[in-house]
Amino acid sequence: MAIFGLWVINKAGGLVYQRTFADGLAQLTSNEYLVLAGTLHGIHAITSRLSPIPGQSSGAQVIEGETFKMNVLLTLTGTKFILLTSPAETSSSIDALLQKIYTAYSEKVMQNPFHTPEMPIRSEAFDVSLGALVNTGH
Amino acid sequence: MTSVEHLSPTSTARFSLPSKPPVGPKPNIYERNLNKTRVAEVSASSFSFLFSEVVQYTQKRVSGVNDLEKRLNTLGYRVGTRVLELTAYRAESSSKAPKRETRLLPALMAIHTQVWRAVFGKPADAIEKSVENVDEYMIIDNDPLIERHISVPKDLSGLSCSSFSAGIVEAVLDGLGFPARVTAHHTPTTTHPTRTTILIKLEKSVLEREDVLK
Repeated sequence: MAIFGLWVINKAGGLVYQRTFADGLAQLTSNEYLVLAGTLHGIHAITSRLSPIPGQSSGAQVIEGETFKMNVLLTLTGTKFILLTSPAETSSSIDALLQKIYTAYSEKVMQNPFHTPEMPIRSEAFDVSLGALVNTGH
Repeated sequence: MTSVEHLSPTSTARFSLPSKPPVGPKPNIYERNLNKTRVAEVSASSFSFLFSEVVQYTQKRVSGVNDLEKRLNTLGYRVGTRVLELTAYRAESSSKAPKRETRLLPALMAIHTQVWRAVFGKPADAIEKSVENVDEYMIIDNDPLIERHISVPKDLSGLSCSSFSAGIVEAVLDGLGFPARVTAHHTPTTTHPTRTTILIKLEKSVLEREDVLK
């Protein structure tokens, strides 16, 4: 049971926030993270069009590997929150945590006058509340 | 979450609509009772977005931190003149012998409790007198409402968006006849990272009058 990390991808596919909470996954360079985020954005766009019922799918929600699980929360505005966890995490607790992260994002990032939308997130208050959320939840 | 749920904005509590829609047309803001404070509260989140826009708007039109603080102070001043009028009306309109504060310490206490409660919904956390300068007083807020979601970037260090509150205090003091220069300073502690001190520097005439009244 572990929360490995969080990515926030803006609606254009750029990685605007990346943070590692626990060891367990390979450490990548910031460039590699950017490439991965862009790739995931593309995969997500494809999966959202795979549904037999047009316009009804929100795209991939979980991508699972042997050692990790990628949980995607797509917001109504197109921002994606990717939570990397161990496969043992239950989806209900992950969904709850992602919603709380989204709330923290809308408060600490979007209500901060010094944040430019779609640009990398540099907010101390967001860092602090994320730390609190991840630590208390698990 | 299924895809259908995802597309429906009312499926989560955060997006839910007000449970009881207001009956009939909403009264015009000018026709509402000024004394009803309980229902006059606004959403802290909406205020945060508005204040965020205020800061962004102001920031685009200034050069430097001092200028930005000065502009926020001026905006707060315009709020403060109205706050004083409103709090005085709410507190004294029903009394048979309405009064207003004429001495410095009761006036400062009124700002610390009544004004803070009217504007931020809670009294300020402390009020202190400077040990070095007789003309300086400080109002301390451990977690200022308007700065709750603001993270000041490093290149603007020293900026305190509470300059807006300082402007409110300055206007109230001015309105009560205690001209002063009021500034805001970020004074964090380990338990209260957003702690802010509102520094009040009174004009000489105020202290002279206080001495005479003693």
